[in-house]
Amino acid sequence: MIWAAVLLASAGCFGLKLAGWSVPAHWLDRDRLQRAAVLLPVPLLAALVVVQAFAGDRSLVLDARAAGLAVGLLLVLLRAPFLLVVVAAAVTAAVLRAL
Amino acid sequence: MPGRPLTEPTDVPDPATDRAARRAVVRDAVGIGVAVGAYGLSFGAAAITAGLSTAQASALSLLVFTGASQFALVGVLGAGGSVVAAVAGALLLGSRNTLYAVRLSSLLPLRGPRRVLAAQLTIDETTAMATAAPPRLAGTAFWATGLSVYVLWNLATLLGAVGAARLGDPAVLGLDAAVPAAFLALLAPQVRARQTLAVAVAGALVALVAIPLTPAGVPVLLAGLAVVPLLVRR
Repeated sequence: MIWAAVLLASAGCFGLKLAGWSVPAHWLDRDRLQRAAVLLPVPLLAALVVVQAFAGDRSLVLDARAAGLAVGLLLVLLRAPFLLVVVAAAVTAAVLRAL
Repeated sequence: MPGRPLTEPTDVPDPATDRAARRAVVRDAVGIGVAVGAYGLSFGAAAITAGLSTAQASALSLLVFTGASQFALVGVLGAGGSVVAAVAGALLLGSRNTLYAVRLSSLLPLRGPRRVLAAQLTIDETTAMATAAPPRLAGTAFWATGLSVYVLWNLATLLGAVGAARLGDPAVLGLDAAVPAAFLALLAPQVRARQTLAVAVAGALVALVAIPLTPAGVPVLLAGLAVVPLLVRR
């Protein structure tokens, strides 16, 4: 099943890219469409943050992931580099679980 | 330049300046590739954490080659979401590449195999570099950035996946907490404006409400609806 997802996403994402190179430019040259495509990743990424941090099995849970995320948020606000944000979140959760 | 009126301003500088400008573009392209490598490392680790194999993680980076879509796919699969929900999330996040391609095709008139190759390299970084470069260097900027990011993204994915697979239980290492932090770091540069911040908060709230009510993966898709009010009200 995972391979099916990998291959479908591969074909689909490549198709989306090639389509833009192949269709006449004016087809997609619309203000609203441009705004939608530029903005769409924002709520999706925000939802992924929430899902990855707080989702249990059809429930909301508050565990070490949330603490890791809080540390990550603090570092993001301080404009820390990507890798530091990610590693600090992991270390926070790992330390809390080891206690 | 033959046949060109002398009064017309030309954007082609002397050869030495041109070489320097090209070198600067290539240097930036390598720098971007190295920065993207950090995301690649965490993607490889995230994929293993979600239960993918190293081969599957590498296949995603080689074939999908658009970071946010890849992260979304493994995130949804890792949370127990269906193939349909995982792929739909990846495609929604990948749809902006279509518009990038439209812009790039007006800058770089390519045909045949080159166009297919360029399509695979159409992502945030290559589009940003090609559109920011002076028009005569757009091609150099696009291909140099594409090559650099493709090679380093794939190497980093492999390293991250192999590393995470060797380290053992992802939860003990806190790798499951690294994934939401990675999404947050991807999101942060995009929400500097108040309006986009509002869209991000709306998306997060929709997801929070949807988590207990819908199957895994669906909350992420529903959050996409947060852009609708902005599109209706001009």
